[in-house]
Amino acid sequence: MTDFPILTTLVLLPAAGALLTLLVPARRPELVRALGYGVTVATLGVTGYLVTRFEAGAGIQFVSTHWWMETLGVRWTLGVDGVSLFMVVLTAVLFPIGLLASAEVDRPKAFLFWVLVLEAALMGVFLALDLVLFFVFFEFTLVPMYFLIAGWGHGNRRYAAMKFFIFTMAGSAFLFAGILAVGFLHRRDVGFLTFDAGVLTEWASSPGALSSGTARVLFLAFAVAFAVKVPLFPFHTWLPDAHTDAPTAGSVVLAGVLLKMGTYGFLRFAIPMFPQAAVDLSWLLLVLAVVGITYGAVVAAMQPNIKRIVAYSSVAHLGFVVLGIFALTAEGIQGGLFTMVSHGLTTGALFLLVGMLHDRRHTYDVAQYRGLWKAVPVFGGLFVATAFASIGLPGFSGFVGEFLALLGAFVTSRWYAVVATTGVILAAVYLLWAVQRTVTGEPDGDNAGMRDLGPRELCTVVPLLALSLFLGFHPSPVLDRMEPDVDRLLEHVEARSDHDVPSPAPGVEEAEAGR
Amino acid sequence: MDAHELLELAWLIPAFPAAGAVLLLLFGRRIGEPVAGWIATATIGASFLASVAAFVALLSLPEEERRVVSDGYTWLRAGGFAVDFRFLVDPLSVTMILFVTGVGTLIHLYSIGYMHGDPRFGRFFAYLNLFAASMLVLVLGSNFLLTFLGWEGVGLCSYLLISFWFERDSAAVAGKKAFVTNRVGDFGFMLAMFLIFWKLGSLDYAAMEGAGGLAQTTVTAIALLLFLGAVGKSAQIPLHIWLPDAMEGPTPVSALIHAATMVTAGVFLVARAHPFFEASGSAGTVVAWVGAATALLAATVAIVQNDIKRVLAYSTVSQLGYMFLAAGVGAYSAALFHMVTHAFFKALLFLGAGSVIHGLHDEQDMRRMGGLRRWMPITAGTFIVGWLAIAGIVPFAGFWSKDEILAQAWYRDDYGLWLVGALAALLTAFYMTRQVYLVFFGNERWREAAGGHDAAAGVAGDEPAEVAHPGAGAHSAAGAHGGPHEPHESPWTMTVPLGALAVLTVVGGFVNLPFVEQGLEFLGEWLHPVFEDVEVVHAPSFSTAFALSTAALVIGVGGILLGRAFYRAGLPSGGEDPVARRLGPVGRVLENAYYFDRGIARLVSGPLGAFARFLADGFDRGGVDRAVNGVAAGFRLGGEGLRRLQTGLVRNYALGIVLGAVALVGYVLARSL
Repeated sequence: MTDFPILTTLVLLPAAGALLTLLVPARRPELVRALGYGVTVATLGVTGYLVTRFEAGAGIQFVSTHWWMETLGVRWTLGVDGVSLFMVVLTAVLFPIGLLASAEVDRPKAFLFWVLVLEAALMGVFLALDLVLFFVFFEFTLVPMYFLIAGWGHGNRRYAAMKFFIFTMAGSAFLFAGILAVGFLHRRDVGFLTFDAGVLTEWASSPGALSSGTARVLFLAFAVAFAVKVPLFPFHTWLPDAHTDAPTAGSVVLAGVLLKMGTYGFLRFAIPMFPQAAVDLSWLLLVLAVVGITYGAVVAAMQPNIKRIVAYSSVAHLGFVVLGIFALTAEGIQGGLFTMVSHGLTTGALFLLVGMLHDRRHTYDVAQYRGLWKAVPVFGGLFVATAFASIGLPGFSGFVGEFLALLGAFVTSRWYAVVATTGVILAAVYLLWAVQRTVTGEPDGDNAGMRDLGPRELCTVVPLLALSLFLGFHPSPVLDRMEPDVDRLLEHVEARSDHDVPSPAPGVEEAEAGR
Repeated sequence: MDAHELLELAWLIPAFPAAGAVLLLLFGRRIGEPVAGWIATATIGASFLASVAAFVALLSLPEEERRVVSDGYTWLRAGGFAVDFRFLVDPLSVTMILFVTGVGTLIHLYSIGYMHGDPRFGRFFAYLNLFAASMLVLVLGSNFLLTFLGWEGVGLCSYLLISFWFERDSAAVAGKKAFVTNRVGDFGFMLAMFLIFWKLGSLDYAAMEGAGGLAQTTVTAIALLLFLGAVGKSAQIPLHIWLPDAMEGPTPVSALIHAATMVTAGVFLVARAHPFFEASGSAGTVVAWVGAATALLAATVAIVQNDIKRVLAYSTVSQLGYMFLAAGVGAYSAALFHMVTHAFFKALLFLGAGSVIHGLHDEQDMRRMGGLRRWMPITAGTFIVGWLAIAGIVPFAGFWSKDEILAQAWYRDDYGLWLVGALAALLTAFYMTRQVYLVFFGNERWREAAGGHDAAAGVAGDEPAEVAHPGAGAHSAAGAHGGPHEPHESPWTMTVPLGALAVLTVVGGFVNLPFVEQGLEFLGEWLHPVFEDVEVVHAPSFSTAFALSTAALVIGVGGILLGRAFYRAGLPSGGEDPVARRLGPVGRVLENAYYFDRGIARLVSGPLGAFARFLADGFDRGGVDRAVNGVAAGFRLGGEGLRRLQTGLVRNYALGIVLGAVALVGYVLARSL
């Protein structure tokens, strides 16, 4: 079974499912639904198999590689390691849940088609180890997302979809230019054209391959594309619009997985390829991360629209991820990666819950809601629990990630970490204020007559919350699989730059230094 | 099974109430009243028995071996950072779990009576059990991070229980305020952990051995950051603002969380982390003076409060100040002694207040009470025991522990601290006497209040806790309490805990009598292995000790006599409080707690709110977003010219993007040629 192309299956299974969707007659929505659950659950099953077969510390594994465009040096190369594994898992978990949450959607056939295309593209993003292939998948996610927002969103959805498209497209242009530049510079230097990530990383990071100016320009070209995706301040304004007007499943996947393409890109490509530039420019990313954490939280607090509150909270959470990554310590990077997973669970759950409110009352206006804890106690209880999970209360996964990210940042970038830690206060402010305004108090008007969550809705939120709780108390299954590859990345950065990962000093040395 | 093996099972102690919490969260509504209450009481009771077993087991070990780490697992490991999920059983943690589970069991039992008829009866006990489990994790944790897990867990439960009657907006706001204010303290706690890890490489309590080797600035920073956490959790100035509002929660919650246990967590943290405070030359002074200032200022506010629970809330803030005063000067066992006796007498006072509120059908304003001792003899009798204890009358528990703190300040030549503490003690005796006379003696003002309740409520509109809680409907509708407004004594589930706590309040002081040579300082001896490295200061002579004790007693009696002089006859009906009238404008300042709270509220809703609104509307929408859209509009303008060539909008953008990309590639290639 070892030759079974498991990663290619992960990409092609949803893609094949999308094609199959086209064959199902539109007047048979139940068949469409069955197909959707079948394909996404099967993908989840294959992912589960992958996790059990995954060997922590064995580096990039399950590699499958074939020529795609031989004259251009482009290969179909897929592989997985501890950095990408849980992004794949997160994708596989969130898609069936997103479909379950969209069981009553209009035009289910077209909807499912785009959803499955999106899943295939996302799997490709996290598995691709050829830069051009990565770029193709990276860009390809835009198309289904555009149609999902424009076709099934609400409010000013065309504006939002277009804004999303243009923004990320503009960012991607820099990425594409950067990829081509690296590829062609490599050919001029070495003599053959390749976009293999391993080869290019080894070459680009080797001393003397690139002048420091060139490396910085290329790093920034990658960084702009990834910063738009994350999104980092000031490229974040597409996010609240896209989220607010996207359908629930779109928001869940957008926040849960799409944003992580940016932070993943930093870890997989930008930092290993240009380590010295990443070290030199880390201050810039750290500043933007800290701005994201604090500014995102303050702006979130003031939003009158509950979905925008959750959207801006993503800006703050992803700030912790970037902070951890650019701390360039093992604790920080693992914390960042863990936060990527955790944010997918908790923010996914928040978007699901907010979507359920919209299903009932057709508004996201905070002022329209009141007293929901009394009117719909199951919803109220879950909303409060999810809010605390998102705040990063210890016991939930969010705490593990944020704590490690801050801890790692404190060691190398102390004052950034100190400012970022105010984020733990601010998160409590914006989320508990939202809780207070919506679920507490005496329910009035339409709120009093609302119906509580049904079994289908419970099946979407409860698993995410349960996973968050499990990982809060027992994060090792995730952390231990990430660790060797994070260490490898750091060793690479240390070897190819002047960066030194400090180990926590034993007290004695400190005292000597102090004297 | 030997004592070590037994103590390795310490994880069972928090596991009992945790299991109860899970059960009741999932099925609480189905289990219903009163079984849910009995399940919760049974789990915390089991925890208490396990704690007693732990105590006996630990006692059977030789003194130097009284430090056992339980079974557990690696909780969090990344890079060079590793933290275990294991519990530490030593004299300090066992002292804590004994009174937490002991007082906790009594309050669970009491709640079965108090919460009778509440529609969310099961939920209440789920939260109460979850609180107990978190508190036990907090005190039993073998490292800072596990303590922090419990620390945040009790914060969550505090939020949930303050906001328990969340239909009432004031309760919802108070819960949020408590959590957010605590988070300010958590900011300090987290930074302290980062610093400890960075400097010592581990968050394990055992790693604190290295504290002595740290630079002075580092160790002081760690100590003060931890203290910031303690200030939040234990409601010290300036983060005390959440505790008076926390009285929105049901009264058993106020007794358990906001008097006896959770709020003492800050003192516990300072005691647990004492190596940092000891190694720092100046952190202890800060702790002692913040504690002393809090003790005094909160006591001044307490003398003019009219809400029966708010008096006790400010009193709690004040008493916690004493504990910090003691910890700050290095008298840790005195701080813990007061923590234990305070848990007894303050829980007693709160539960007594709850019994009064219950008996008067949710009346909390002392101006509408009076003469209740004839209607509620058990409540009155036990409350009086609590009053004498907190006022510092020999031989009640509070006398011994407060005397110990003041004496320790004196022995260490901190006469300023002694003076402030003594002044606060005088005020304490005074305001508690006022409370006892207004509630249990004097004229029966509730009779008139019964007729014109609405009008009276209008007068006291500024008191937030006036609105009857939702369960009140069930109370009155039950009709089993005689006339609709006649006060009544509470059921046995409530009076039994009162009696038990009253006994503990009488004898509690005997766990640590100040007779060292005779071997009667049990608590100090018991805690000695934990505070081995701390200098112990004893009375220089018997006469000094005797003089100080006499002075403390005189202060207590003086406060009581003063209070009695003013309030013996109760209040003139509808009239003003004689002390508040005499204090005039000062009285108004005190009534408003120095306007501190209001000032912060104004700052938040004023300039801070305006700034946040500017960021969200003006800057983010109007600035960043518009700039970005402006760039897009620029592209569109450029595209206008090309429109005649029949290109669509998207393609215009795409063209601009491609041109930009080409330019960039060209630039990079040109540079490196």
